[in-house]
Amino acid sequence: MKLLVLAPILAPLITAALCLLAWQRMWLQRAISLLGGVVFTCSSVALLGYVYSYGIVVMQPGNWPAPFGITLVADLFSAVMAAVGSIVGLAVLIFSLTGVDQQRQQGGFHPLLHTLLLGVSGSFLTGDLFNLYVWFEVMLISSFVLVSLGGEKAQLEGAIKYVTLNLLSSALFLAAVGVLYSTVGTLNLADLAVRLGDADPSGAPSVAGRILLIAFGIKAAVFPLFFWLPASYHTPPAAISAVLAGLLTKVGVYAMTRVFSLLFPLEGDSTQTLLLWTAGLTMATGVLGAAAQNDIRRVLSFHIISQIGYMIMGLAMYTPLALAGMVFYLVHHIVVKTNLFLVAGIVQRLRGTCDLDRLGGLYRDKAWLAFLFLIPAFSLAGLPPLSGFWAKFILARAGLEAERYLIVAVALAVSLLTLFSMTKVWAEAFWKVPPAQDTPATEIEGSEGLRWMVVPSAALASLTVAIGFAAEPLFELASATANQLLDPKQYIDAVLGGA
Amino acid sequence: MKSLILITATRYLLPLLLMFSLFLLLRGHNEPGGGFVGGLAAAAAFALFAIASGVERARDLLGVHPRVLLGAGLLIAISAGVMAIPVGLPFMTGLWSAIELPAIGKLGTPLLFDVGVYLIVLGMVVTIVFELAED
Repeated sequence: MKLLVLAPILAPLITAALCLLAWQRMWLQRAISLLGGVVFTCSSVALLGYVYSYGIVVMQPGNWPAPFGITLVADLFSAVMAAVGSIVGLAVLIFSLTGVDQQRQQGGFHPLLHTLLLGVSGSFLTGDLFNLYVWFEVMLISSFVLVSLGGEKAQLEGAIKYVTLNLLSSALFLAAVGVLYSTVGTLNLADLAVRLGDADPSGAPSVAGRILLIAFGIKAAVFPLFFWLPASYHTPPAAISAVLAGLLTKVGVYAMTRVFSLLFPLEGDSTQTLLLWTAGLTMATGVLGAAAQNDIRRVLSFHIISQIGYMIMGLAMYTPLALAGMVFYLVHHIVVKTNLFLVAGIVQRLRGTCDLDRLGGLYRDKAWLAFLFLIPAFSLAGLPPLSGFWAKFILARAGLEAERYLIVAVALAVSLLTLFSMTKVWAEAFWKVPPAQDTPATEIEGSEGLRWMVVPSAALASLTVAIGFAAEPLFELASATANQLLDPKQYIDAVLGGA
Repeated sequence: MKSLILITATRYLLPLLLMFSLFLLLRGHNEPGGGFVGGLAAAAAFALFAIASGVERARDLLGVHPRVLLGAGLLIAISAGVMAIPVGLPFMTGLWSAIELPAIGKLGTPLLFDVGVYLIVLGMVVTIVFELAED
């Protein structure tokens, strides 16, 4: 059953290769892409099921024992992230079949999307710090091409900002890897954890820890390193924005969590205070930035930043409940955020714009779409009984238990502002009378193929509702994950002991 | 600006470079060389031909679209890794056959993996060179 760890990496890789071979035959390429996406999702979910019932799965490719070869590890945290990532990946894939224009689909959208998913699941499943860097690069390069695919002027401008800051982050990451390797002499995460435990906590490794914090901070778009995100996420087509918004920054959060639970545990450290401040400022700046925007996708981009703050808050508090809250929040956020971008894509398709000034009257024309927007939007703002309410509730409760009142107050205030911002989008795009000067506010490209854009969005919305009404199983999963994160010994024993 | 000297020289250099790239590929198992540098040498051969006789003819000479090389190379490299799984060994474990060929040595999955890398590098570099030359 160890093959299950490999499946979420092999499936998108083989799919991407086959898509390249089927380049000329579009229908075949789509069929391969869809089939590959289904296999990918099934294998990732199966991996989660397996890890939940039988514990951490470790595989040593090439049969090299643990500290020497590159290890693939699926603990609960990896498996949860891989499973959720694959679910939204599949949703975006179905959406893109009709939601991305023919020209982009023929220009390599499908192989690129699968390469991106490959990078994402590789990042989640690797047990080696340098290999994590490689997966980050796989992800970065394919996302760079996806952002600029189509070559519109705004896209290229966004892509340049995106790639510049992300390359800076990669360089920092690589520098930290170099420092760690030269001082500690290993890059296997489990082995690093053991050796760093014995090392002098004030020496070079802790510098590497701080560099990693900045590198992953850029990837995760935390305050004050988030500028690339709102500059680039609204430029490509909605399907591409959706997959970037749903997954990429969260890989940064994943990497940060992994490093600061396994390698440099946060207990009582000055990094903890730093992270708490970062969390609060990220939440606040993100939501305030969103309030000033007037384009649905730009509003949503700023909300990503604000939501990242909540996850960092969970990580920074570093109690079992707070970490469970973070995992819950990650799952909730990936589903909801991807869905909001998909809905924005449907609005764009119907009205040809996402500009709030030019939109209006969507509720009268398309009540179902308004409903489809309302579920993830209210969930994002944290209204009961949707998934976001539980996510915020757990974090707030964890904050009160840990007696960190300030951050809880910030979190609640930001939550209120999020609601304000979502109501604004609702009022402007769906409720108000459409502006008269834009009378051709009818359907732009016709609604053929619209069904396949709505189905994945509706599926993600029902997932949000399902998490809301049955929060208990997910909370149990999140708690189990948190306990595993807080007890690195399980991870280390699985990797080094069972080799 | 076609140069007769370059065209004539390329006629002799192209097969030599391609043979050298294969030599690098096969040598790579135990000594410096391998799929990556072999692929680069092969791509250099096609780039030289493209400079001498034009991209159009270089594409004809290559016979397949570079994309096909990429896809095929990836699949070959993956298959080299996957072969270990039915035998019960972890992914990517090297398998060796007993057959020993004179110049090459033992055949095994690492050679197959290198062939995949060779094709990927060739496809990638040739794509870049052709695209840039056509602009």
